[in-house]
Parts: sequence; C-alpha cells; structure tokens
Amino acid sequence: MKNTLRQVFHSPKFVIGFVIFAALLLTTIIYPLVVAADPLEMVGNGNFFKPGTYVSVKDSVEGTHYTLNIDVKSGSLDSKISAEDKESMKEWLTKFGGVAEADINLEDVEGLIGLWEANYSESADQPGLTASRKKYFARLNKNIDGILADSDLILARENPDTGELEESATIGSNEFVNTKDVANRRTFILGTDNFGRDVLTELVDATKTSLRVGLIAGVVATIVGLFLGLISGYVGGVVDDLIMFITNLFTVIPSFVLLILISYSVGQNARGVNLVAIIIGLTSWTWTTRSVRSQVISLRNRDHVNLSKLSGHSMMRIVLTDILPYLASYVVMAFILQISSGILAEAQLSMLGLGPSTSTTATLGLMMNWATLYAAPLNGSWWAYFPVVITIALIAFSLNLMNTGLDQVFNPQLRD
Amino acid sequence: MSKGNGVRHLKGFKKYYGQKILWYLITLFFAIVLNFVLPRLMPGDPVAGIAAGAVSGMTDTTAIQKVYNDYAEKFGVNEPMIVQFGIWAKNALRGDFGVSFGQYPRTVADIIASSIGWTLALQLPAIIVGWILGNLLGAVAAYIKGAFDKVILPVFLFVSNFPAFGMAIILLTVFGINLKWFPTSGGYGFDLIPNMSWEFVRSVISHYQLPFWSIVLITIGGQAIGMRSMSIYELNADYVKYSRFLGIKDSKIVGYVFRNAMLPQITGLAMSLGTMMGGALVAEIIFSYPGIGSTLMAAVRGQDYPLISACTLIITVMVLLANLFVELIYGVIDPRVKAAQQD
Repeated sequence: MKNTLRQVFHSPKFVIGFVIFAALLLTTIIYPLVVAADPLEMVGNGNFFKPGTYVSVKDSVEGTHYTLNIDVKSGSLDSKISAEDKESMKEWLTKFGGVAEADINLEDVEGLIGLWEANYSESADQPGLTASRKKYFARLNKNIDGILADSDLILARENPDTGELEESATIGSNEFVNTKDVANRRTFILGTDNFGRDVLTELVDATKTSLRVGLIAGVVATIVGLFLGLISGYVGGVVDDLIMFITNLFTVIPSFVLLILISYSVGQNARGVNLVAIIIGLTSWTWTTRSVRSQVISLRNRDHVNLSKLSGHSMMRIVLTDILPYLASYVVMAFILQISSGILAEAQLSMLGLGPSTSTTATLGLMMNWATLYAAPLNGSWWAYFPVVITIALIAFSLNLMNTGLDQVFNPQLRD
Repeated sequence: MSKGNGVRHLKGFKKYYGQKILWYLITLFFAIVLNFVLPRLMPGDPVAGIAAGAVSGMTDTTAIQKVYNDYAEKFGVNEPMIVQFGIWAKNALRGDFGVSFGQYPRTVADIIASSIGWTLALQLPAIIVGWILGNLLGAVAAYIKGAFDKVILPVFLFVSNFPAFGMAIILLTVFGINLKWFPTSGGYGFDLIPNMSWEFVRSVISHYQLPFWSIVLITIGGQAIGMRSMSIYELNADYVKYSRFLGIKDSKIVGYVFRNAMLPQITGLAMSLGTMMGGALVAEIIFSYPGIGSTLMAAVRGQDYPLISACTLIITVMVLLANLFVELIYGVIDPRVKAAQQD
C-alpha cells in the first residue's frame, strides 16, 4: 500500500493533477474563512458591475483632498471619449473637415481634439449624413467642449430651514483622494453578476457546491457500479446476463436524456443540490459495472480465490478479501472520472434550466446559466462566465490528469 | 477464398447485422418505455398536474380548452397506465406528440421537424471531422514523439476538459464579439427569410462556423489523447517488433499499428456518442442555434412537457441510430468480428 502510494506520487501527471485539485479544494475551504460575506448577498444594485475597487463617492468628496500637479486632461479625455467616437471624429474630419487621413493619429487624443476644435462646425455642409448622425456629431462636440472647459465642480447642500442650496465646497480637477482614506470601499476582483452578487465569492462557494455534487454523484455511481459488477462477474449465469442486459441498455440510452426526464419530473422545488447529485450518480454507473465485471471474471478462477472457496469462506468474505483489493485501482480511477463527469453533468443540466433550484445555492452550472440568460457575453461581461468556464475546465483537467497518472502506474504498457 | 467460404461469410454478416439490429430495436423499446414511465413515476408527475399546470400561463379560454381536450385524448389521462402507454406509443411512433403548451398552436412534431435538421447538420459533420482530425493528430503525436508530442498533448489534454458550452462561449467571446469575424447567435441572419438564395446560404455558413468549431475542438482533444495512448500501446506490441525483425517496411508497419489502434477508438466513439451529443446540444444554447438543444431549453423554461418528451425521445433515437451505424461499420473493419462470423 505504502509502496503503491509512493509510486503514484512519483508520476508527474498525477502530482500536477493532485496539486491543482488540492489547490482548488483548499481555496474553497480557506477563502470563506477570510471573506465572511454571504456568497449570495446581492451587493450591487444593478447587473454586471466591472471588476475593480469601488469607493464611496461621498466619502471621497468629503475626505482630505490632495493637489497633485498631474496632467489630468488627456486622462479624462481618453476615458470619456470612446474608441467609436474617435473613429467617428476621424470619419467626419476626413470627409467634411478637409483634413488628410495621414494627419490624424487616433492614439494622440489631444492632437485629435485640436484638429476637431479647429475644423468642426455644426453648420458645415455635410452631404450624405442622416439627421440623426448630424445630431450625434453635434452632441459629441458639446461633450468635448464640456470636457475642455474644465470648470470646477461646486458642491452644495440643502439648507433644511430655507430649502435653499448653499455652496459647501468646490472641487478642482487637480484634487485627488488617497483611496486608503476612503472608509467605505469594496473590491470586486471579478466584478458582480446579474443579481449584483460578488462573482469571486460566489464562484468559490459554487466550486465547493459543484465539488460536492461531483463527489456525491461519484460515490453513488461507484457503489451501484461496484455492486452490480461484483455480483454480475462473480455469480455469473442468469444474474450476469440480466445485469449485463441492463448495463448495455443504459450504456446506449444516453444518460443525458434520463437526467433530463428525471430532473424535469422531480420538479423545480424538490430539486436540491443533493438530489440532483444522486440522480446524476444513478445515471452514470455503467462504466464501473463493465470494468469491474470483466476484472472479476478474470479473477474468480485464480488459485487464491479457489483456495478460499475450498477453505469454505463465505462469498462475502471472498469478494471482500480476495477480489476487491485487486479491483481497487480500477474503481478509484473510475471514481475520479465520475467526479469530473458529475460536475459537468450538473453544469449541463443547469444550462438547460434543470439544475438545482437557484435561490438558495450557487453551483458552477447555475452561474453559467444566469450569465447566458442575461446575455453576459453580448454585453461584454466576461467576468461573469469566463472564470466559471476556467474553473470547470481546471477541475476536469486536474481529475483527468490524476486518472491518466494512475493509469500509467497501474498499466505499465502505457508508460512512455 | 473458396465459394463455400464466401457464402458462409455472407451468412455470418447477416447474422451479425441481424443481431445488432434486433438488439437496438429492443433498446429502442426500453428507451420508449423509460421515456413514458420515468416522468409518471416521479412525485412531481407532470402528466397528472397537466390540467392545472400546463395551461396556467395561457389566458385564452378556448385555447386552454383546446389544449386540454387534445391532451386528454392524446394521452388517455383517465385510462389505466398500460392503456395510456399503448396510446402514447402509437402516437409517438407516428410522430404525433400533440400540441405544444409553450408555442400553441404549433404541434410538437412541427417544432421538432423544424429544429432537427439544424442539429443533425451541425453535430454529424462536427463530430466526424473532430474524430478524424483527433485520431490523426494522436497517431502523429505517438509516432513522431519529441517536441510535437510534448507540446500538443498537454494542450489537447487541457482543451478536451472544457465542457462543450465552455468552448462555445469562449469562441463566441473571442471571434464573435471581440474580433467580430462571425455572427454571435442564431442559425441565419435575423433579417432573412429561409430560402435558397445565395445570400441566405452565405448567412447560414457564417453562422455555422462558431458552433461547428467549438464541437470539433472539444472532440479533437479527447480523441487525440485516446488515439495517442492506443498507438503507443500498439507500437510496443510484439508483432511490431517481429515485423521490424523480418524487415518489413516502416510505412507498412505503421499502417498495421494505426489500423489496430483505430478499432478501440471506434468502440470508444460508440460509447461516448451519447455524452458528446448531449454536450453539443447544450453548446447550441450558447449560440441560440435553432436546433434541438435550444428547443429543449425553451421547452424546459415554458414547462412544455409534450415538447420535452418528444425532444428526449428524438435525441435517444438519434444516439441509437448513430451507435448502430458505428457498430455496423465496426463489423466490416475489425477482422476479429469477421472471423467470429465465420465460426
């Protein structure tokens, strides 16, 4: 046993897979200890906030201000004029402003604005432009004027007695706030999702739940598969025929279909995480049954098994002590694969809307489901689904690597 | 080969095919039974609650009455289970699945008919292309070894672990939204009406690319890994060493090796077809591709039980047919099966 373990941990593939898997597992355990927030708390009032640190506007306005002699104009120009606007400006300038295309450099915002200010005129003759396009350019011009004017912001408070606004402070464009001074801030490393939940916290929680789904599904499938395989292989005869008939049936009838039928029938309200996991397990045992059965058939006439039979040992004891130990490696390998396919099955079910009921839990599949339902890809909210896909792939990758590593240890012919 | 041998050979084939087809017919029967029984065994039986549940979203009273009557007649709700099954199976075999709850007054058969073509045209070529490319790459990686193998194997190992919908959403983001090379959703431009014009065909082809390649990429990864390890296994076999010893040309040995390594890959394809098709169906959702996958999701959202039932049945039939086809081909290719037929 010790020797086998040492061998297993000498396989680089197994070790890499194991390290990735352990890292994911540890993250799901340690992260909640550090970040105590409820993973399903709807923090953001609105959907898909970008990743980053959010600081309270009021706090920053009221806090200590520092004047820094930094050119802030090009920075704010850059952030306020989109790439699309720049393209449109270029188009207008070349078509109607009489500027040569070579003179325009989209990277140089200030230069572009300079050209724009010098050449744009709302009343210019603009043949071929629709009225709405003309208005768009007028708006853009006004916008740019506003940014260029760079007037100070005036803060005012309402006087509770008179109801009048009283000026309380002015803010110039070179005033800065040290983010450490702002008491109310929150960092969303992966932004928020469609419900305004912190994606990172939710992702960690979902990973934990999905791992649990995989584990339960794997355990159920392994128990059923092992049990049927042992009986079928050891008893043989009619029992074997019957079990193999059923196994072959369920190998060909796609488990995906059975999953859909059962999950739909159970109903939205009854579908908890554990139930979904058990259903997945109950539809994915055929692989284990097949490999266990063929192993048992090759084992059952070995000398040591016959010796046990002659010694009058019970069937239970023979199976447990003389056959099972030889199967351990196969069963473990099948178990590892079933964890990974269980996680995938949950994700696919959830994508169809047949996953665990949503309000109380987060799973990787449910996160994907919501992200696609709210068209996260189309509005550029990569943070809502990309980390989820990567997490699913990493889990499957690590488990498959472990499986391949084990395979090479136990089947020396596969070693390269 | 003598004449008598040839006749026996043909007989063996007939027997092999006959057995396979019979077995698949039995499987189909059980699949149909499961399709009928599973929902009715569950606590939340969608069929029993149908009168209340299915029509709750509809406001038009004549429509409700129509759906309910249609349903009661089609499913024989008040009859005993076995009679219900008889009615249901008879209708199902004729392709009559009743009226959709979600898309009333369209019939389920009509909805299925309009989406199955898209799914077949997408999945069949994608899985075949992915399988062929994957096997080629796997075999080449096993034969060449060295840097090619070192680089390509981990890449495919990683890629093959992406769920199909994950690959789909990544391709969608990169090529559809960021690079804008391909359209992001639907089977053809939303402003077009299906016809045989050049414009429509071009639209269909450009919409086809992303779903197609996401399935192909996933398939390549898995197949390449399997083929690589099978080829390594075969390259170390005794007959290879013996052939080398006899001085048989390397190219000929490689031919033997890959033919032998290919056989388990074909069985593997048969075993994993169901899973692959399931994954590909979910990937359709990402692109709102108008196939069975998207239809199924719409049916689930709309609590459209007849449509779900028909979808699962049609998916089962597709998987069974594909499996049968693979097994029949296997019978032709594998010399051992041929030998067994001649006993």
